[in-house]
Amino acid sequence: MSGLPILSLLTFLPLVGALFIFSIRGDNETVALNARSVALWTTGINFFLSLYIWFNFDPSTADFQFVEKVEWMPVLGLQYHMGIDGISMLFVLLTTLLSPICILASWEAIQTRVKEYMISFLILETLMVGMFCALDLMVFYIYFEGVLIPMFLIIGIWGGPRRVYAAFKLFLYTLLGSVLMLLAMFAMYVDAGTTDIVQLMNHNFPAELQTWLFLAFFASFAVKVPMWPVHTWLPDAHVEAPTAGSVILAGVLLKFGGYGFLRFSLPMFPLATVDFTPMVYTLSIIAVVYTSFVALVQEDMKKLIAYSSVAHMGFVTIGAFTLTIQGVEGAIYVMLSHGIVSAALFLIVGVVYDRIHSRDIEVYGGLVHRMPGYALTFMFFMLASVGLPGTGGFIGEFLVLLGAFQVNAWVCALAALGVILGAAYMLYLYRRIIFGELTKDVLKKIADMSPREWAVFAPLIILTLWMGIYPLPFLDIMHVSVENLLQQVQTAQAAAANVTLAGR
Amino acid sequence: MLNILVVFLPLIGSVLAGIIVFVPAADKEKQHSLDMLAQWATCAGLVLSMICAIVVFKDVALEGNARTTELFTWIDSGALEASWALKVDTLTAVMMIVVTVVSAMVHIYSVGYMHHDPAIPRFMCYLSLFTFFMLMLITSDNLVQLFFGWEGVGLASYLLIGFWYNKPTANAAAIKAFLVNRVGDFSFALGIFAVFMLFQTVELDTIFAAAEGKKDATFVIFGAEVHALTACCLLLFVGAMGKSAQLGLHTWLPDAMEGPTPVSALIHAATMVTAGVFMVARLSPIFEFSDTALTVVTLVGATTAIFAATVGCVQNDIKRVIAYSTCSQLGYMFFACGVSAYSAGVFHLMTHGFFKALLFLGAGSVIHAMSDEQDMRRMGGIWKHIKVTYALMWIGSLALAGVPFFAGFYSKDIVLEAAYAAETGIGQYAFWLGLLAAFLTAFYSWRLLFMTFHGEPRADEKTMAHVHESPKVMILPLFVLAIGALFSGYVAYDYFVGAKAAEFWGDAILILEHHKALENAHHVPTWVKLSPIVVGVLGIGLAYVLYIQRTDIPEKIAEKFQAIYQFLLNKWYFDELYEFLFVRPSFALGRGFWKVVDEMIIDGLGPDGISNTVRLAAKRVAALQSGYLYHYAFAMLIGVVVITTWYLVGHSG
Repeated sequence: MSGLPILSLLTFLPLVGALFIFSIRGDNETVALNARSVALWTTGINFFLSLYIWFNFDPSTADFQFVEKVEWMPVLGLQYHMGIDGISMLFVLLTTLLSPICILASWEAIQTRVKEYMISFLILETLMVGMFCALDLMVFYIYFEGVLIPMFLIIGIWGGPRRVYAAFKLFLYTLLGSVLMLLAMFAMYVDAGTTDIVQLMNHNFPAELQTWLFLAFFASFAVKVPMWPVHTWLPDAHVEAPTAGSVILAGVLLKFGGYGFLRFSLPMFPLATVDFTPMVYTLSIIAVVYTSFVALVQEDMKKLIAYSSVAHMGFVTIGAFTLTIQGVEGAIYVMLSHGIVSAALFLIVGVVYDRIHSRDIEVYGGLVHRMPGYALTFMFFMLASVGLPGTGGFIGEFLVLLGAFQVNAWVCALAALGVILGAAYMLYLYRRIIFGELTKDVLKKIADMSPREWAVFAPLIILTLWMGIYPLPFLDIMHVSVENLLQQVQTAQAAAANVTLAGR
Repeated sequence: MLNILVVFLPLIGSVLAGIIVFVPAADKEKQHSLDMLAQWATCAGLVLSMICAIVVFKDVALEGNARTTELFTWIDSGALEASWALKVDTLTAVMMIVVTVVSAMVHIYSVGYMHHDPAIPRFMCYLSLFTFFMLMLITSDNLVQLFFGWEGVGLASYLLIGFWYNKPTANAAAIKAFLVNRVGDFSFALGIFAVFMLFQTVELDTIFAAAEGKKDATFVIFGAEVHALTACCLLLFVGAMGKSAQLGLHTWLPDAMEGPTPVSALIHAATMVTAGVFMVARLSPIFEFSDTALTVVTLVGATTAIFAATVGCVQNDIKRVIAYSTCSQLGYMFFACGVSAYSAGVFHLMTHGFFKALLFLGAGSVIHAMSDEQDMRRMGGIWKHIKVTYALMWIGSLALAGVPFFAGFYSKDIVLEAAYAAETGIGQYAFWLGLLAAFLTAFYSWRLLFMTFHGEPRADEKTMAHVHESPKVMILPLFVLAIGALFSGYVAYDYFVGAKAAEFWGDAILILEHHKALENAHHVPTWVKLSPIVVGVLGIGLAYVLYIQRTDIPEKIAEKFQAIYQFLLNKWYFDELYEFLFVRPSFALGRGFWKVVDEMIIDGLGPDGISNTVRLAAKRVAALQSGYLYHYAFAMLIGVVVITTWYLVGHSG
C-alpha cells in the first residue's frame, strides 16, 4: 500500500503529456516537432517507469499488488481502486512498450494535425494502462469504453479513404456489446452490493444470473477479441487506420477481450463459463480455420494480417476456456507475443506503405533486391507469426494446443489446422512481396530501412527471440495468479455441485 | 563442454556469415574478401565441430559414457517442463558423426561449387544454420526440443530450396516443402500432446522409464477409446513421414531439387530427411510396445521403397533420380525399424549418408562440368573428360546398389535379412518389396551412369568444349565421402549389428525380448543372403543392355506401355491429386468465406444492414417533417389519444 503510487503515475503521466502538448503554440512546423518530441519523451519515460513494476513485482503471490484505493463516490460505494496481478501485469508493460514505438513509427507518416494526433495517442495510452489496472467495475468500464473515443478519432481523422465507414463500423459493433455489459454491471451491483472487482471475484452469483451476466459480458468481449462472426469490423478498421493505429489496435486493444474473459467471465461466472465452453470452442475454431482461408486470398497486405489476427485470437479464447494451466497461460502468452508480432507486422506494412503509398500485394515483388534488411526483418516476424519454435509465437500456441488436447482432442486438432494454414498464407504473402525479380518501375529506387525504422524494430526483434528462447521470466509471473484463478473456478463449481446435491 | 561446442560452433559460424551478408562492399575486390571471410568462418566452425564430434563419439559410443548436458529451463507451465539440453548417447553420437562429417564436406565443397554465385555469405550462413538446427534435433532430451530442431531444419530447408529467389519454381518448391512438412509437424505436435496426456511429461528418459507400465493403458481421444501408446506412436510417426518424405508426404522432396546441389546432398539426402528414422529409433522404447504402430511403420517404409524406386527408373533429371532413390532408401530404413531392427535402420542411415552425399555431390560436379545442365538426355559421353568424378560416381553407385564389400552391401543386406527374419506377414511383405526395389535401385543407378557418362555426346558443342574436371576444393570432400562409402559398412558392421552391438548401443535403443528379427537375421537361409546381390547384378545387367547395347529398346517400351510410363513419369499423379484435393479448394473456400459470408451475410445483415435500415427510417421520419404546423398538431393529437386510450384500457381491467 505504501510507497510509489506507480499505477496512477503510469496511467496519468501520458495525460499530463497530452495537456502539455495542448498548450504548445507557434507555427505549424514547430508545433509538430515539439508535439512529437513531447509525446516520445512522455511515452519513453512512462516505459522506463513501468520497468519499476517488472523489477518489484512479487510473482509468489496471487494477490493484487501496487494497490491504490481511494474513496470516489462513497454514496454509491464507488472507489478508485487500482492494482495488478500476474495476469494483468504483463499487459501494462506491453502497452507502455508499444506506445513509444507507435510515436516513433508516426514520426514521418503523420504530417497533418500532428498536435491533435499526439494528444489522441497519449490519451489512448492513459486509458489502456488504466483499463488493465482498474479494480473497480465502474473505473474499468470508463477506461474500457473510453478507449473507443481516441481510437475512433485516430481512424476517422488520420485514416485512409474509407476511414469514416471503418470508424463507424468499429463504433457500432463495440457499442452494442458495451451497452449489454453496462446493464450486466448494474445487475452485478444490485446482487453483490459492490463494484469492487476483488470482492466480486469472491462473490457467488446465482447460477441463473451467471448465465445472463456471462452472455452480456460475452457480447462485449467477443466483439473486442474479435470472435467470429463479429469480427468484420477489424479488417476494415485496420485497413483504414494509420500504421500506428493498427499497431495499437492489434497490439493492445484486441487483448481487452481476452483479458476481460480472464478477469471477469472465468472467475465471476464459473458455472456459466463451463456451460458456454462448447459455444466458445466452436466459434473459436471457426475463427481459426475460416479466417485463415480468408487470409489466403487477400489482396491487401493489411487486411491479410488483420484476418490472421482474428485467427490468432481464436487460440486465445480456446486456451482461456480449456481451464487448464497450460491453456490459460498459453492464452496469455499468445496475447503477449501476438501483441508484439502483429504490431511488428503492421509496422512492416507501414515501412513500404510510407514509400509507395499502396497496400496492394501485387504492387510489390522482388523487394529483397533493394531492401535486404527489410526482407530479413519481415522474414523474422513472418516466422514468429507462423509459430516457429524459438520465437515467442510458438510458446503460446503450443501451450494452448497442449491444454486443449487434454480437454478435447478434436478442438486441438481443428485449431492446429490453423497452424498449417497460417504458414500457407504468410509464406505466400512473403513470396509475393519479397521474392522474385524486381521488375516494377516504382520499386526500382525504393530504399532500405532507415536507422529510425531499425530503432523501431530492434526492441521487437529482441523481445520476440527472448520470449521464444527463454520464456521463463514471463511464465513465472503468471503461474501463481493463473493457478489461483483456476482454483477459484474449481471451488465455485464444487460449491455449486454441493448445492445441487444437497437440494436433491 | 565438447557437446556444447559441437552444437554451437555451427551457430556461431552462421551468425558471423549472417553479419557479413549485411556488410556493404564497395567493389568486387572487397566483396571477394568478404566472401572468403564468410567461407572461412563457417568452414572452420564446421570442421572444428566435426573434430569435437569425433572425440565425443569415441567417448560416448566406444567408451560408453552417455551423458546429458542441461543448459537451462525452457518452458515451464504446470506439469509441463522442458529444458534446453544436449543428450548424447550412442544413437546421438552416430548421428553427430554423420551430420558433422557430411556437413563439413558440403561446406568445403560449396566453396568451389558456389564460387560464381553473388550471394556466397548468405549461402554459407544458411548451411551452418541448418547444421545447428540438425544438431539440436539429435541432441534433444525432450520432445519439445526435438520439435524445435524439427521445425528449425524445416526452416533452413525452406531457405535453401528457395535460395535462388528469382526463380518462381524455386520459390514454389520452397513453400511446398515447408507446408508439406507442416502437415507432418501438425501430427507430430498432436503426438507430443498425446504423450504428455499419457505420461504428464515430455522428458524422454522419464517417458522411457514409464513406458512399460503404460503398455496396456488406454485413453479417449477423438471420441474413441484407443490403445494409448499406439495412438502416440502413430501420431508421431506421421511427423516422421513428413520429414523423411514417405509415401503420401513425399511430394516435396523431388521439387526440393530446385535448391543448389550441395543443399540436396546435405539436407535432402544425408541428414534432414533421415530425421524421421532417427526419431523412430530414438523412441524405440515406446514404439516397441505397439505392434500396430510398428506394422504401420513397416508397411509405409516398404511401400515407399518400391514406389520411389519405380518412379526413379523413368526420371530424366539427374538430381531427381537421386532424390527418388533417397526416398526409396529411406523406406528401407523405416521398414528396418518397423521390424524392430532399429540399429540396422540406423546403420543403413549412416552408410547411406555417405554414399548418397557422394552421389549428389558427384552429380553436382557433373552439372558444374556441363554448364548447369541437369537433363540426362542432353548428357552422355563425358566420362573421358571428368574421370575422377566418373570414378567417384561409380563408387557411390556400387555402394548404393549393395555390391559386395561396399558400404551399402552390409547395411542393405542386414535390413533385408531382418525383414525376412521377422517371420511376420508384414516382414515378408517388406522383404519381397525390398528385394524388388533393390533390383530397381541397381537398374536406375546404372541407367544414370550410362546415360550421363557413356554413349554419344548429346550436349551441344559449346557445352562439350567446356566440360572440365571440378577444382580440388570440390573433389577433396568427395574423396572423404568415398572413403565412407567404401569402408564404413565393413568397419561399423560389428558395432552396429554384429557381435559388439549390445555393448555399443547401451541403453540408446530398446528391443523387446520377443522381437527377434535382428537376432535371427544372422541365421537366415543362404538364398536370402545372396538374393540382394543377385538382383543387384541383374539390375546392372539390364541397364547395360538397355542403355549401352540396345538403346532403342527403352523408347519402344515406353511407347508400348504408354499408360504405365506416363503414370510413372508423372510420379503416380500425386501432385495433381493434391492440387485438386487441397490447393484449389483452399483458395475457393477462402474466396467464398470472404466475399459471400463476410461481406454479404455478416456485413449485409449486421452493420451495413442496420445502418441502411436506420438511414431509411431517418428518411421516412424526415419526410414527416413537412414544416406545416397543422401536421405537427395532428400528430400530437394522435399521440395524446393513443396514450390516453392505453392508460384507460390498462387501468380499467
